[in-house]
Amino acid sequence: MAKKEYAFYPGCSSQLKASASNYLVSTNSMCNALDIKLTEIPDWNCCGASVGYCEGGELPRIAINARNFAQAETHLPGQDIVATCAACWLGARESKERLDGSAQLMKETNEALAAAGLHYSGGANVRHMVEVLIEDFGYDGLKAPMKKSLEGIKFAGYVGCQTNRPFGIDGESFENPMYLDKMVETFGGEALKTYDQKVTCCGGALAFSEPEKSQKQIRDIVESAYDHGAEMIVTPCPLCQANVEVYQSEINKKQGTKFNMPVVYYSQLMTVAYGGSAKDAALNGQLIRAEKLEKIAGK
Amino acid sequence: MTTANQTAIERYRNNFLREVEANVEEGHMVKMCMQCGVCAGSCPLGSAWEHSPQKIFMMIRAGKRDEVLGSDSMFMCTSCYNCIVRCPRQLPITHIMHGLANYAHRLNLAPKGQPTREFATLFWNNLTKKGRVNELTLTLRHYFRGGLVSGIKEALGMQSIGLGLFLAKRLNPMEIFGGHGVKDLKGFHAIVAKAKEIEDRKKGFTA
Repeated sequence: MAKKEYAFYPGCSSQLKASASNYLVSTNSMCNALDIKLTEIPDWNCCGASVGYCEGGELPRIAINARNFAQAETHLPGQDIVATCAACWLGARESKERLDGSAQLMKETNEALAAAGLHYSGGANVRHMVEVLIEDFGYDGLKAPMKKSLEGIKFAGYVGCQTNRPFGIDGESFENPMYLDKMVETFGGEALKTYDQKVTCCGGALAFSEPEKSQKQIRDIVESAYDHGAEMIVTPCPLCQANVEVYQSEINKKQGTKFNMPVVYYSQLMTVAYGGSAKDAALNGQLIRAEKLEKIAGK
Repeated sequence: MTTANQTAIERYRNNFLREVEANVEEGHMVKMCMQCGVCAGSCPLGSAWEHSPQKIFMMIRAGKRDEVLGSDSMFMCTSCYNCIVRCPRQLPITHIMHGLANYAHRLNLAPKGQPTREFATLFWNNLTKKGRVNELTLTLRHYFRGGLVSGIKEALGMQSIGLGLFLAKRLNPMEIFGGHGVKDLKGFHAIVAKAKEIEDRKKGFTA
């Protein structure tokens, strides 16, 4: 039996051939090494993300999240729901807290769920994968299966927004969370602790609708990583990863910069530290190759 | 025919705060704002807002209905939650901004053609179609929002990124034929429709 079991909520971007498929692949490898069993919530649906607000409103957004809770409650009773995507975690946990706080909302939500023959009784516990790692395993527990050190790589720990605010991880500060730096150090990497853009917003969904405003944010995030001597950025959020990696070439084109900074997930660096191959860590899923990490993986 | 907007004006007369409290997500917290301005100073897109959240809260209390519901400010919210965690009065500012944008959008008072309003609508319609986001059709529809010519231009501009994502197995051209989705689509649609029906009734969108 696996050491820990969770109801897994991968989210739309963490599907095969979707924008964060490298997050999904490396998460699976990381969980294998830690003996974590993830079982997908059967027939899960999108969380609505933050930007769903405009057309989605309040109750429809909460109801679709409650559909996932009902599915988990029925098929994976007693297991915590674990999301890897920051927006999924936020959308789901926010819905859970609203439902916990209002009997009226709970009644209306169940009225909506009844249209599909479902019912949610209110026991969901929604967590982020990083919470699971830090709270259920702890830094020492995470270090136990380590096979290779990430010594010699300088990481800018880019925590971003939604894995940090408004819920936070393990009670850490919103303004200066240290968990990502501590994870990097656990595996022998060098964490750049004065990376001042660690909680700056990448623009989120506005990278699409307001590209110039968002690219200004992204430029600050990448530029500061360079200024601090980073060799790669590490992040827990799929939207942060995509925005900060993908738009570097656009910013180069428009502003004459020469950005080429790899942006990886914590799960990728952990997979490498656990002795996984570049393929296990889905390092072939980077637009900007993380060569230093590939080199360690190939050793 | 009476529109939802006319009904709301009639019902709340000159008390816009009361209207917001009744119909906007988390609107009951607006009156708690003490005008300190921390939200305005914390917003990553602060310089892009015509009216900061602080100003929006004061305008609501001053009954500036047209100015608030016609403002594009709320659509500048990136959902970073900086304002929420810093607000000394613990106003759920992000949610109130989302709620105001939703209310203005549903009453059809939000600025026409506002890019985030359009993208957000596209996003919701995309995800509810199959229960999961189809990243390819979402992106293409966004690029082609202004018609064929500008769409081709925009898509070509992003061509190398698209190819890179494809090679990295992070974009699947076959998604154009449907792609990922939930199996019980009928049930999913029934839930969304029922939830919308209840919300529309409660918030007066079906006046």
